[in-house]
Amino acid sequence: MSLMQEMNARALSLGVPLSAHVDLTYRCNERCEHCYLDHDDKGEMSTAEIRELLEEMAEAGVLFLTLSGGEPLLRRDCFEIIGHARSLLFHVKLKTNGVLIREQEAARLRALGLEQIQISVYSHRPEIHDAITKLPGSLQRTLAAIRFLQSQGLKVTVANVLMRGNLRDSEAVQKLATGMGARYALDPTITPMMSGDRSVLRLRIPAKDLSDVFRNPALVGDAEEFCAPPAPVDERMMEGIPCSAGHTACYISPYGDLFPCVQFPLPCGNVRREKFLDIWRDSPQLAEVRSIRGKNLPTCSSCAHLGSCTRCPGLAYMEGNMRGPSSADCEKSFVRTGVVTAGMKARGLSDLAILVQIQTQPLAAAV
Amino acid sequence: MDRTARMSEKYISRSPAIAARRLGDEMLIMSAADSTLFSLNPVATCIWQAADGRTPLSQIVERHVCTEFEIDPEEAYRDAAGFVEELAQHGILRISDDPEPEGPAAGEMP
Repeated sequence: MSLMQEMNARALSLGVPLSAHVDLTYRCNERCEHCYLDHDDKGEMSTAEIRELLEEMAEAGVLFLTLSGGEPLLRRDCFEIIGHARSLLFHVKLKTNGVLIREQEAARLRALGLEQIQISVYSHRPEIHDAITKLPGSLQRTLAAIRFLQSQGLKVTVANVLMRGNLRDSEAVQKLATGMGARYALDPTITPMMSGDRSVLRLRIPAKDLSDVFRNPALVGDAEEFCAPPAPVDERMMEGIPCSAGHTACYISPYGDLFPCVQFPLPCGNVRREKFLDIWRDSPQLAEVRSIRGKNLPTCSSCAHLGSCTRCPGLAYMEGNMRGPSSADCEKSFVRTGVVTAGMKARGLSDLAILVQIQTQPLAAAV
Repeated sequence: MDRTARMSEKYISRSPAIAARRLGDEMLIMSAADSTLFSLNPVATCIWQAADGRTPLSQIVERHVCTEFEIDPEEAYRDAAGFVEELAQHGILRISDDPEPEGPAAGEMP
């Protein structure tokens, strides 16, 4: 067990929220076609409120802090907030599109002791990237920001969200990132909007293309291991928790609403009305999330993928039941291994009929 | 403790270029320089928290380690000196032969 795993296990046993994601604003200077947010300001927390929240979170034991948005640098107090977080000894990761970062801002972020910056790049081609962000010139500005940040010695991760419109560009984006000295992270997950609108899901890449991604060693490493059939379900998997959401991690919106995760819109309280730690300890919603074990999942507990599926309880919640399957993760598990999931079986043959066309051989073998 | 046996006093202070948080009775520290994660046991946590740049390491060991953990002073000092050297190599602690001037200590925990 690595030290990080030991630390997470210890935080879990002590009920400590080791990591938190705070969106400083939902406003943004880009209009990415897959974004799950609306970009109006419905009354963001003030600087003083955020400073107080950070102090409460430090007191509660949060070490890993992600600051994001919207575009967090649209807030004039963003640097002040980062500075306050660093003075409280948080490990701070900033998620930004980089458009507002030039040499001076990069130097300032370096001086504040920011640990990590994640920047989304959708394509190496401006016509593709800018069409997704709907901001002309955005790729050029984003790449310039990465270079400014790298020149300051900051650790940059290029996040590459894969969609129908850019899925052929992943390897080129990876080369671009590594060529600039940045890390590369691939993400094929498209999330329904916080409002429940699922229309953005049309942008998800088709299963056939997802299969190609999962079998590309340049993107996933050891493809054979990555796509191996699931290990037999055991007691540990049945007693396991789905993920860290609500257990050692949480999300706070620009309006102070606390959720188990940025991808899990179950309201658990508001830090403007209650102390962070009171919500963390006493929220009935968080208690419900924490009560769920593998064996409590009505469909997934009988699934061969229980121990290896990336089942997101937040996506399942958005489909109507936090204990239910997440269809996107069912699809990933199936495409990765060729083994049909319990969720697919439960939904009936209509899903399978679609998937048979793209994975005839493994599906036939599995059925 | 026989202080004359030592060449000189050491003063230790916490680097501001770290992330740190108490987890139970241990201290988690991540170095910004190389992203190495450390988990300090209760004895090391005691030394870490007392590292104000102005108190000599020998006094920190005497006051905080020997009294609280009932450890032999010479052995405690030897272990502490090795521990602070290791953390200094990762940029987590700073070691000086002289005390820091008065003022707020760097890397003060909330």
